[in-house]
This record gives sequence, structure tokens and C-alpha cells, in this order.
Amino acid sequence: MSRHSSLEFREDIRKMPYRTAQIRLVASHPEVYEPCDDSFLLVDALLSDQANLLHHQPRVCVEVGCGSGYVITSLALILGKQESGGVYYMATDINPHAVSVARETLNAHGIDADLVITDVASGLDKRLEKLVDVMVVNPPYVPTPEEEVGCDGITASWAGGEDGRSVIDKILPVADKLLSDRGWLYMVTLTANNPSEICLQMRRKGYASRIVLQRSTEDGQGSMIGSLLSQFPRFPFLTHGDSKKN
Amino acid sequence: MRLLTHNMLSSNIKGVTQGFPLQIEVTKSITKQVDFNPDFIKNMLVKVEWKALVEAARAMGYGELPETVEVGMVEDEDFLRKFHHALLEIHLEEGFLVCPQTGRKFPVCKGIPNMLLNEDEV
Ligand SMILES: C[S@@+](CC[C@H](N)C(=O)[O-])C[C@H]1O[C@@H](n2cnc3c(N)ncnc32)[C@H](O)[C@@H]1O
Repeated sequence: MSRHSSLEFREDIRKMPYRTAQIRLVASHPEVYEPCDDSFLLVDALLSDQANLLHHQPRVCVEVGCGSGYVITSLALILGKQESGGVYYMATDINPHAVSVARETLNAHGIDADLVITDVASGLDKRLEKLVDVMVVNPPYVPTPEEEVGCDGITASWAGGEDGRSVIDKILPVADKLLSDRGWLYMVTLTANNPSEICLQMRRKGYASRIVLQRSTEDGQGSMIGSLLSQFPRFPFLTHGDSKKN
Repeated sequence: MRLLTHNMLSSNIKGVTQGFPLQIEVTKSITKQVDFNPDFIKNMLVKVEWKALVEAARAMGYGELPETVEVGMVEDEDFLRKFHHALLEIHLEEGFLVCPQTGRKFPVCKGIPNMLLNEDEV
């Protein structure tokens, strides 16, 4: 009976393709980052780039720091069921609860993906070297004391260390290693992260940049209103306001 | 954890040079049926390390994969279905992935591999 109804449920999904992950189907846990302004910004950026993405025909897509699974699920839906048939999705998070929650979110949308608990892409970097066509990252970017970076649980979802760059600076060389010759990286950053420096650094490695979407988010403290994001045709970045500071 | 995931993982301990493939210790395995998608499976054929998959499948109790892949097999549906089964339908639910060089065990709990290292391993 349960098998029957779950099959029916999947049929249901096929009949009504969602454009992005449905919040009501996104699983949650007190220690896991819930989809927030930055998650929506990243998914909206992917949506606005949908035509490019479809044309790009990625074969391997990776998310680093998947949290609830909202972004990787949405990416799979944006690429479409048919297209997705030929796409391999892999997502990582350093928080074990996040990976369990992401599994539930993916299942609820009928999306297959590989999930690994790891630091950035440690353990995957050998086999995935130069294979990844699209990487998506909504990193912990809030400037914090360095000690908070990589703490257990929900703290790891926002704590970015000095200038909010600690985890970003760990991710960039990994992205460069994993991305294929036609690889793209979509990433959320804050103005405080010094995105132009990020672009410059990546330009030296041969990446171009483009801002896909910019939003200023008033965080009630008046400080750090996000703005620019940068991205390269090979490397779509984005930046926005500091929505995580409360 | 499907064997596709296993095929993408290497031991990430500092100093390890022969970290692939991880050996599998099975405590509990399950099989879940997945729709056969020839596009996906053909696309994965070029990305998979074949020998590692054959050994992993054997460790999970499935010995139907050929030792080597020949050109032309891509069009053989019987072969593709076996590949599909080994890659996507056999899951390691509980057990360990063992570093071939150091013997360090990475746990797999509720189907999710944990590759996090202790401070002295990074
Ligand atoms: C801002 S949250 C984003 C979550 C989700 N992608 C979203 O957009 O809603 C950042 C995520 O990165 C994870 N994370 C932090 N440091 C990490 C690291 N070193 N390696 C992998 N994941 C990390 C956190 O656990 C958290 O789930």
C-alpha cells in the first residue's frame, strides 16, 4: 500500500513539473539552515539563467553546502526532468543533519542525487576533477570571529570568519580544480566579502565574471547592504545583501 | 548510498596516495528499484571507474558485471540493465568505507557516507 501510494506520488510529480523546489516539500531540522533570502537569490539567479543552463547541457552538477537541499533540488527542476535524466547531481555539506534533510527534500521531489558529508568536496576532488559543468554555492559568508568557522550545526551555515571569506577561500581552489573546461560556478557573496577581489583572483586563473542578480537586503542594522556580485561567462557569481545578520 | 557514490569517493586522509577505491564493509544493504534511464546510464559509463564498480558490486553480493567493458556494449540493453542495477539500485545502508592504504574506516549511516576527518588526519 505504501509502495503504491509513493509511486502514485511520483507520477503526480511527473504530471505537474514544479519550476523550483516547493517550500512545503523542503524538509527541516533545528540544526539545518532553512531556505532564506540568499537561497532564493541563488535559485532566482539560476532561473533567470535557465536558457543559458539548458543550452550549456551540463552533465555533472555539484552543490557545496547543500543545507536543506533547496538549491540542488531546484537546479535539477530548472534543468528539467528530461534533461535531468542525463545529469549527475552531487551535493555535500559539513553538517550531517543537513545531508539527511537534503535527502528527504530530494526524495520528496523525485530527484536522484548523491550526498556526502564532507568538508567542501574533500574525498571527491580526485574523481570529480575537471568533470563538473555547473557548481552552485551559497556559502557561509557572514564576517565572524575565525573561531566560529566550521563549528558544529547551524553556526557553520553562516560563520564566514574574517571578511566572511574563510570558507569561500577554501571553496574557490576546489571549484577551480573540479570545474570542467566549460565549467560554471554560481555563488552568492556579500559586498563585505570583496567580490571584486574574488573575480580578480579567478580572472588570473582564466575565469570571466558576470553578475546574474543583485539585491540589496535591508537587514535592519543599516550596515552591509549587499550589492554586487560578479561573474564570468564561465563563472557566474552573485552578491547580495547581508540577510543572515540578525 | 548507491555504488555510484562509492565510485566517486577516495580516502582524503593527509599523505594517502593510494586512496581509491575504498573497500566496502557491509553491515546492511538494500535494493531500491529505480526507473531505467538509458541516457543517464550511458553518460555515466564514461565517468565510472569500471574495475572499482565491479569490485564494489561483488562486495555487495552482485557478481553479474563483466570484468571489462568493450565498445559496442553501450547498445546492449542487457548489459546496460546490469550496469544500471549495480550503479543505482544496490545501496549500502549501514557499514564502512575502508581506506585501502591506512585501513581507516569511514562510516556509512542511514545510507550516507561521512568523510569528515579528525584534526590529526587533515
Ligand atoms: C548559507 S547555508 C546554505 C544552505 C543551502 N545551500 C541554501 O542555500 O539554503 C551554507 C551551508 O554550507 C554548509 N557548510 C559550511 N561550511 C562548509 C564546508 N566547509 N563544507 C561543506 N559545507 C559547508 C553549512 O552547513 C550550510 O548548510
